Amino acid sequence: MKKYDVVMIGGGHNGLVAACYLQRAGLNVVVLEKNDWVGGAATSRELTPGFLYSNCSYVCSLFRPEIMRDLELPKHGLQVISYEGGAVLTRDGDYLASYRDHDSHRREFARYSKRDAEAYERYARDVTRQCRFIQPLLMRTAPDPFSFKPRDISELIYLAKKFGEFSTAEMAATLRFWTMSISDFLDEYFETDVIKAYLALSGIIGTALGPMSPGTAYVLLHHYMGEVDGSVGAWGYARGGMGAVTKALASSFQASGGTIRTGADVAKVLTRSGRAYGALLADGEEVLGNLVVSNADFKRTFLKLVDEDALPERFVHRVRHFKMRGSSGKVNIALDSLPEFPALPAGSSCIRGDLHFTDSVTRMERAYDDWKAGRWSADPFVDMMIPTTLDPTMAPPGKHFVSCFVQYCPPKVGGNDWTDADRDAFAETVIKQISDYSPGFRERILHMEVRTPREIEQEVGLTEGNIFQGELTFDQLLFNRPVPGYAQYRSPVRGLYICGSSTHPGGGVMGAPGRNAAAEILRDLRHTSSNKMSPAHDVI
Amino acid sequence: MMMHLTALRRAAQGHILTPRLETPFHERLAALSETNDWYSWAGYKAPHSIFDTELEYFAIRSTAALFDISPMVKYRIRGADAERYLNRLTLRNVARLGIGRVHYTAWCDDHGHVLDDGTLFRLGSDDFRLCCQERHLPWLLDSAGGFSAEIVEETSEIAAVALQGPTSFAVLEAAGFAGVEALKPFQLADFPHLDGTVTISRTGFTGDLGYELFVDAREALSLWDRLWTAGTGFGLKAIGYDALNRARIEAGFIVANADFITAEAALRADRERMPDEIGLDWLVDAEKPFFNGRDAIFRARERTTLKHVLVGLEIEGNIPAEGAIVYHRGKKEVGLVTAAIWSPLAKRNIAIATLSRPYGTRIVDDLWVEIYALRELQYQKLMKRARIVARPFVKLDRRSANPPGRF
Amino acid sequence: MTSFDAIVIGGGHNGLTAATFLARSGRKVLLVEASDTLGGAARGYAFHPGYSSPGLAHIVNRLDPEVAVALSLDDKPSAPAPTVVLSPAGRHAVLRGGYGETIDGVSEDEAKRFQEMRGKLIFQAGILKRFLRRRPPEVGEMALADFATLVGAGLGLLRKGREESRDFLRMLLMNVADTADEYLTDDRLKALLAFDATLGIHLGPRSPTSLLGLYYRLTGEMQGVTGAQHVAGSGGRSTAAAFETAATRAGVTVRTGIRVERIVADRGHATAVVLSTGETLGAAAIVSAIHPKATFLTLADAAEIGTGFRRAVGNIRSKGNVAKLDLALDRIPDFPGVTAADLRGRLVIARSVDHVEEAFNPAKYGQFSTDPVMEITLPSLSDPSLAPSGGCTLSALVEFAPYALADGWDKGKPAFQKIVLDTLESYAPGLGSSIVATSLLTPVDIEERYNLPGGHWHHGELQADQLLVNRPVNAASGYATPLRGLYLASAGSHPGGGISGLPGLLAARQVLSEKRA
Repeated sequence: MKKYDVVMIGGGHNGLVAACYLQRAGLNVVVLEKNDWVGGAATSRELTPGFLYSNCSYVCSLFRPEIMRDLELPKHGLQVISYEGGAVLTRDGDYLASYRDHDSHRREFARYSKRDAEAYERYARDVTRQCRFIQPLLMRTAPDPFSFKPRDISELIYLAKKFGEFSTAEMAATLRFWTMSISDFLDEYFETDVIKAYLALSGIIGTALGPMSPGTAYVLLHHYMGEVDGSVGAWGYARGGMGAVTKALASSFQASGGTIRTGADVAKVLTRSGRAYGALLADGEEVLGNLVVSNADFKRTFLKLVDEDALPERFVHRVRHFKMRGSSGKVNIALDSLPEFPALPAGSSCIRGDLHFTDSVTRMERAYDDWKAGRWSADPFVDMMIPTTLDPTMAPPGKHFVSCFVQYCPPKVGGNDWTDADRDAFAETVIKQISDYSPGFRERILHMEVRTPREIEQEVGLTEGNIFQGELTFDQLLFNRPVPGYAQYRSPVRGLYICGSSTHPGGGVMGAPGRNAAAEILRDLRHTSSNKMSPAHDVI
Repeated sequence: MMMHLTALRRAAQGHILTPRLETPFHERLAALSETNDWYSWAGYKAPHSIFDTELEYFAIRSTAALFDISPMVKYRIRGADAERYLNRLTLRNVARLGIGRVHYTAWCDDHGHVLDDGTLFRLGSDDFRLCCQERHLPWLLDSAGGFSAEIVEETSEIAAVALQGPTSFAVLEAAGFAGVEALKPFQLADFPHLDGTVTISRTGFTGDLGYELFVDAREALSLWDRLWTAGTGFGLKAIGYDALNRARIEAGFIVANADFITAEAALRADRERMPDEIGLDWLVDAEKPFFNGRDAIFRARERTTLKHVLVGLEIEGNIPAEGAIVYHRGKKEVGLVTAAIWSPLAKRNIAIATLSRPYGTRIVDDLWVEIYALRELQYQKLMKRARIVARPFVKLDRRSANPPGRF
Repeated sequence: MTSFDAIVIGGGHNGLTAATFLARSGRKVLLVEASDTLGGAARGYAFHPGYSSPGLAHIVNRLDPEVAVALSLDDKPSAPAPTVVLSPAGRHAVLRGGYGETIDGVSEDEAKRFQEMRGKLIFQAGILKRFLRRRPPEVGEMALADFATLVGAGLGLLRKGREESRDFLRMLLMNVADTADEYLTDDRLKALLAFDATLGIHLGPRSPTSLLGLYYRLTGEMQGVTGAQHVAGSGGRSTAAAFETAATRAGVTVRTGIRVERIVADRGHATAVVLSTGETLGAAAIVSAIHPKATFLTLADAAEIGTGFRRAVGNIRSKGNVAKLDLALDRIPDFPGVTAADLRGRLVIARSVDHVEEAFNPAKYGQFSTDPVMEITLPSLSDPSLAPSGGCTLSALVEFAPYALADGWDKGKPAFQKIVLDTLESYAPGLGSSIVATSLLTPVDIEERYNLPGGHWHHGELQADQLLVNRPVNAASGYATPLRGLYLASAGSHPGGGISGLPGLLAARQVLSEKRA
């Protein structure tokens, strides 16, 4: 029987990134993917003829440029385009737009408040300073503060030094920033609700937290850390949908000799005396390897794929209490023509950015209260994007694809599993929300794909439909991600690694967890070719 | 009231149709412009040059030049506590600024880092105008807590133009501004213009004889025409920023976010500067009441923790050293040139530079600048000796002569 | 101008503590209190002829042992008061000793798990406690002593091994709901943790960092018992009186009924205070034991403090969420299922974590809870002087009742009062018919009565971003402030509120550590 060097469970973007790096280091890697396509939550599927959907993830700005370069993704077809801004449509028929041009942006804010328009400068500076601090940490393995291994100690010293670059006042401000809610943080700069609502969105996207929850200021950073060609904080869109990212990864992987097996549903990680030696597929086939890497989420990996008796009891307890409640849904829509938003000026660039319909932080927080109570909100927060305005390849000429990210969407409805009727009712709130601002929207709909956490779990395999493979709260960040003591991509089972977003630095189509995991694996193999990995880009 | 605000807000939606604003003088500038060489100054279309930078520079120094300073950010500060408010806000003692006087000043955050520099005009006992490069509304409003002072930004409402050069007084006189001869440097007065008034101050950014005129934006063109007509016999030219920049370097003036980074703009904490680090130590008044940054500035002086110093350099040769690295003994990197020109007036190669202390304070000898001059796709690397010299590089008696000379 | 070594503004327990420690070190100290009586939030008030309330702080659970000894506050050792978690069905859980050393009314398994969790939390709180009893470390310019505390804390952690150390860093900023879920199944116990963690704080149990509120409680001790609580006045005299006696004995000059109008300063140096009597009194040190916002936004001249500092002070979040109810009753109420002895303890109404969370939700939008959670004491059982014989007083801290009620408290108060009384009636049938008088203080009333901006007894939210080096704001976190000569000593400073005396003690230490002017 063929034995691989590495068996990768799951062909999501992090799995593919890790697989690429390992294959390029000379290892023989097989990627086992349960679906008939790879990509995990970064896919573009043609669900209705002529329309490519970005089924789950829809923004490509966090993806690390170092990885794109190392893996030659442009050569394999990846192209990222910048958003052109966006707008929040307000209930009084006006809007707040965001423009790429600095002065236009300021004047737009100044329509609401001159003070806020200028306060934005200080806000942007403060957030940028935090980003600059955190960005270099993305591509590093989080140190274990209590291992006392020389490497962890030197990493801790590195962190302390980075922190030491701040002045005393800035250190204090950093401690505040990390523990504040985005709502409180914004209150210190701005007076206008719609401006705060617009800026708060990055504090909640993908999280099971409301804008008034402490810790959401950090989440904002998580979304701001992205960049498009050096323009930090810019949001970008992958030409051909998010599937283009994983398609390029798969192509790069195969070009370097890697094997992808789709339709290969892994049922178990094979272990023998505390060591992983392969994967057992649902059809009974065993795929053997010297190492096993799981791109599946933390809970799925250790509660479903690995036998409980192969794991320490305390570890299993931790896994069970790892928080990954789904909080988001997705409604993907094919339209027969470009929707109209009468509130926006004709020809506005906003239509090529993201559109929101939540004009106050309070409305966001109330939507979160609904989530806490286990229901979807009648007034959901929707981040709508019409990728076809930037990328005509996604739909037949003149027709459009609309991606609606919806927050919040509970993993269970009032404690029960989702039903199809629930799903349709959930989608209806989104259609209604948009239709309030875009007359005739409903009539343009040709096809629709609705994804609640149920669908996300079923198809992508994300437990409870959590898009970040684990919530981004302090107890699950850095050396606590996924759990303390196992934050360095290794597990209690020898030869079994994890490389998904459950690990540092977390979710989003970033690729950093996969890259970092590959680096640790190569380290364990004492592989010298890890120098094929570009160092993290400079932050100067 | 709410409805009214909403209507105003909607009416402003159209701003996006003119992403670059035009100043109240734009129509005249556009008509005069031969080079069509515009840049964005705080969101306004502003000319790099109008017809020829070199000749525009000579207009400043030998006849008179009109330079549109409308994009300069202007705040009006009024109220019973306006003086106390500004005294806490800015470095210099505002109590000593007489009515009808102007002074150059700067202001800092609590850590003593300079937020901006600018000119403060005392229009009345409780009425001031503050002009500066950057926008500061949140800071100015937050500073007003606990004071009875009203702060209004009037950048777009008030048009402003600088009339600079040896014949500038003659132009004003010819334009019929009777009594303008009485204005001493840093003095201002109101003069009738049509149905309204124009505020004229004897100030400027050129180190030459010159005035700055402030008028209701609606009267901008009529004021321009009045000056332009009067100026025909006195060599009056409209100029762009490039010419002005040469004059200001000769005068040794610094520009925010060119010669230093303002504290609210600095993304890197080590780029923030205290007044003493950008040559503004003379503005810091130990005797006046408390002001923002006071403790930090004096603590830094006391503990000698100041890190930088801004100096004037005179450099060998004639190649401007813009952006050049400053070395000590030709090896150790000790600073950066932020502005440099060959001074036509002084016939010297001059520069403004920021050095790391003790270079520029204790160690002043054996400084060098490394000039990379790009000439026809090839860098000519020059290592030139630099000498610290006092600013201004050019001192003109006519600037402060009383009464002002006609030519 | 009359001069003192130190003038303490505000005669709350922290002001009294600071004044006492300063006077004991030989300083000539004047304490000025605006109201006619001392004690601040620990100050009682009569609310009906013959009936008095022990004040806002009806429970004492964190008196600092050093303060207690130095001020001879704990004269009579007494057993910690129990906490009864009321269940609508009458099946109450009763925690005894120091925060449930033993528990009645829960399954053996649950009690075991509670002990496991309690042990862990007390251990972790013990680590944090090292930082509460000293000035917050100056990040960036850490002194040797600060470093020693840090190392000490690290070693303290490691004493329990790597796993526990890691778990500490994991749990530190967690929410109380998830923590409770990791250990417990009993809704009453989980509800109690949720309630205690969020009492007086603008967080719900599911808000990240809400566990800090519980840690804070567990850093407290009474008479050497961690997590213990006493009903105010149970020692035979009011807490306020004890602090007052100590101050007087130490030689503090006390003037009550006089307001400090403003602080006089020149070029950033505070030199004197101007009183409502018109007098100007000078002092080398002015110690403000009132709310930092009141200190800097009302008493200090804006012209004497920096814009950034004033802005930071303005940003202190300090909007209270707790209403204080006092009932004058003509008899001792009957809470079915609660023994007479346990009535002398604390009764908590909180059915589940969700109950607390849902009570919190409306507070975010300026609405009060229609199904509030609360803690109840019957103070006159411990201090009979509070009620006429045969009568009884009931005191309750009820949340969530936001300071900034959208409709205004004038309109909201009657409705809220009815909800609170109806809730009480459902746990103590017949209580309504025994009410002689009702006093409900909303946060707005508390603000007015105690000069507490926002009606917040911690003088500023006790949340992660307003702790340690950021309490009340970074530039004033070491008790000294940018206005030289002015010191802060209120609960608004590190470590925070509750009747501990620590901010007062640490502020006094800071004053004493600096050279005499």
